Amino acid sequence: MTDLFFYLFATLTLGCAFGVVFSKNPVNAAMFLIMTFLGMASLFVLLEAYFLAVIQILVYAGAVVVLFLFIIMLLDVKEENKHRVKPLTWVASLIGFALLILGVVAITSSDNIKATSESLPEAAGASLKNFGYELFTTYQLPMQVTGFLLLIAMIGVIVLSKKVKTDS
Amino acid sequence: MAIVVKRKPLTFLEKLYIPEIVRGLTVTFRRMFFGETVTLEYPEQRPPIPAGYRGVPTLVRDPEGREKCVSCQLCEFVCPPKAIRITPGEIPEDSDYAHVEKAPKEFDIDMLRCIYCGMCQEVCPEEAIWLQNQYSMSGYTRAEMVNNKAKLYELGGTLPDDHFKWNKKKEAAKNGGGHGHAMPPADMPRSENPEVPPVFPK
Amino acid sequence: MELTDIAIKSIYAIVVVSVLMGFCSYAVLAERKISSWIQGRVGPNRTTLPIIGSIPYVGRFLTRLGVFQPAADGLKFLFKEDVTPAHVNKLYFTLAPVLSLVPALTTVVVVPFGYFENAAGEVVNLVLADLNVAILFLFAISSLGVYGVVLAGWASNSKYPFLGGIRASAQMISYELAMGISVLPVFMWLNAPGTDGTLSLVDVVNAQGGALWNAMWMPGSFLIFVVCIFAETNRLPFDMAESETELVSGFHTEYSSFKFGLFFVGEYAHMLVGSAVVAVLFLGGWHPLPFMTWADFGVHGWLAGVLSVGTMIGKLCGFMFFFMWIRWTLPRFRYDQVMRIGWQMLLPLSIANLIVYTFVIYFLERP
Ligand code: SF4
Ligand code: SF4
Repeated sequence: MTDLFFYLFATLTLGCAFGVVFSKNPVNAAMFLIMTFLGMASLFVLLEAYFLAVIQILVYAGAVVVLFLFIIMLLDVKEENKHRVKPLTWVASLIGFALLILGVVAITSSDNIKATSESLPEAAGASLKNFGYELFTTYQLPMQVTGFLLLIAMIGVIVLSKKVKTDS
Repeated sequence: MAIVVKRKPLTFLEKLYIPEIVRGLTVTFRRMFFGETVTLEYPEQRPPIPAGYRGVPTLVRDPEGREKCVSCQLCEFVCPPKAIRITPGEIPEDSDYAHVEKAPKEFDIDMLRCIYCGMCQEVCPEEAIWLQNQYSMSGYTRAEMVNNKAKLYELGGTLPDDHFKWNKKKEAAKNGGGHGHAMPPADMPRSENPEVPPVFPK
Repeated sequence: MELTDIAIKSIYAIVVVSVLMGFCSYAVLAERKISSWIQGRVGPNRTTLPIIGSIPYVGRFLTRLGVFQPAADGLKFLFKEDVTPAHVNKLYFTLAPVLSLVPALTTVVVVPFGYFENAAGEVVNLVLADLNVAILFLFAISSLGVYGVVLAGWASNSKYPFLGGIRASAQMISYELAMGISVLPVFMWLNAPGTDGTLSLVDVVNAQGGALWNAMWMPGSFLIFVVCIFAETNRLPFDMAESETELVSGFHTEYSSFKFGLFFVGEYAHMLVGSAVVAVLFLGGWHPLPFMTWADFGVHGWLAGVLSVGTMIGKLCGFMFFFMWIRWTLPRFRYDQVMRIGWQMLLPLSIANLIVYTFVIYFLERP
């Protein structure tokens, strides 16, 4: 049963992800993005990481994509007709794809995963308490760094959007 | 010159919103439970119609039941949107009012055209057409919205009349007088124009 | 999960959803009646049913109260002509009303509405799914409701709905933050040291049983949350997406017939869920009085079930009444005022509130 659901949701997620990339209408793309996030949330649910699933919907589907839509609507982005891909884009995406494959291979072939595949530990995202505990102990540094990055991004936006008064 | 009204600066409490919102809520709460209903439940309760109200134009009879309209067609002529159609007819010889001579055979007022201006009432020499207190006209077809003569008299009813001028005229004619008026004084100026007939021919 | 299990759950779900829809239609009636009373009118008082309406006194009373009006309203929505303008994006135009109703109905699954004691004396909570992350689930799903409004605005492909959609998206994001932060103290108090972490709504209600209700000692949180609920449900004074005085009818200008009906019902479904959440989080859920539970009154068994559900529904109706009362009292905010209130007042206030209650809870729970 769980397997069936996994394939269902995995297909949904992947299909919609392709939809995001290939749809020419930006609103369609945004809608596909929501579906992708919902699919991912369902996968998290299958992993019994309810907290992550809910946060996924709350933050990405509920807020980030709304912002995307807001921007799309404000800028009135028309359908992109000419879809010319620059060679540089090709190279970059190929490199990205290769890295992805490499990562997947590296993870699946690592002994770590094989050794513990019999008895999986409880996912850190399953229980709130574990999640919070892990976040503020083991992963304290990454969390702080992420926060700092976001802060920089925020300041950057404020600086960029502030009109600089020039003499002219 | 525009008058600039200075706004009073808000007090601190007013700036907090909440007390003011609470005040507003108490007002509406009082209205909700202790306020009285100010509307009428229309078809059963009707609003009082003030005197002089200009409702649907109607034709009236005098207290003797005579139809006052003499189909002079002045109203048809004056009606701005041309809502009135009159087919004049004669009063039969054997009628009591044969001396009035004319009465409308057909009298249609198209209420889809009428603008309730009251010109017809104003112009009518016989005070035969009145805009009364009828204000609600409705129908499912265009034909229904045309008031014919019968409908107009039904709506209009009878209005009091102090003069009974046609009776006086009849009386006067019997006694050899003119149109029910006393003979004019001898020194009344006469028309010099030979085309215009003398005012009191009989 | 057994097949019968699934069947039972489905039946529960259908029951809850139908009850919710029934409440929605009567909420519409209540709205019309309350507005008419406030404005010195009579409100719907004509619709009647053949047999019930002709019972002496009772039938007339019910008719005057407009009790049969929702049926007429529903039929009207069903049978009106469904106009789809030629210039719309058909897919999203059709999808939008559904998207605005479905999240509201989905959030109901985590809202607890009572409890009863079974034969063995165990307390069984009446809730479709007692999730550990219920409140987050609720926020997450209800935040999806904005897509209905935004897509309707965009797909209608005309100016006023478009402006409505844009306003709705900005407003939703602005108030979600303050709303989330304002409920944090409640859950900080709930998750005392040594307890299992929980965000379950059932636990919130149980924690308020035999104690002060949260609204009483966290008035700040309560106030901010209520304001945010108004904003999130798009109700006056925050109905930027609709604001009929400037945007004709906002996002649903181009909608007619049943699609419009879905938006309409969706709004009330959102309100109902919002009221239920306020009742659960701050007003003690199904507990009749502060410091008192039904068990303290000596009520047990099935009676407790009936009474607890009744209390919950009573609180819910009370808050719905408040929703409407506010609507017919306050004028609408201007769009810039909405943004200012959201970002410059509610957000800092909710953060300050959080900090204050962090200290309060720390000192209260210090061993
Ligand atoms: S209603 Fe008056 S104005 Fe009109 S035709 Fe009759 S008498 Fe003349
Ligand atoms: S009220 Fe005016 S518009 Fe109507 S019938 Fe008389 S003259 Fe014509």
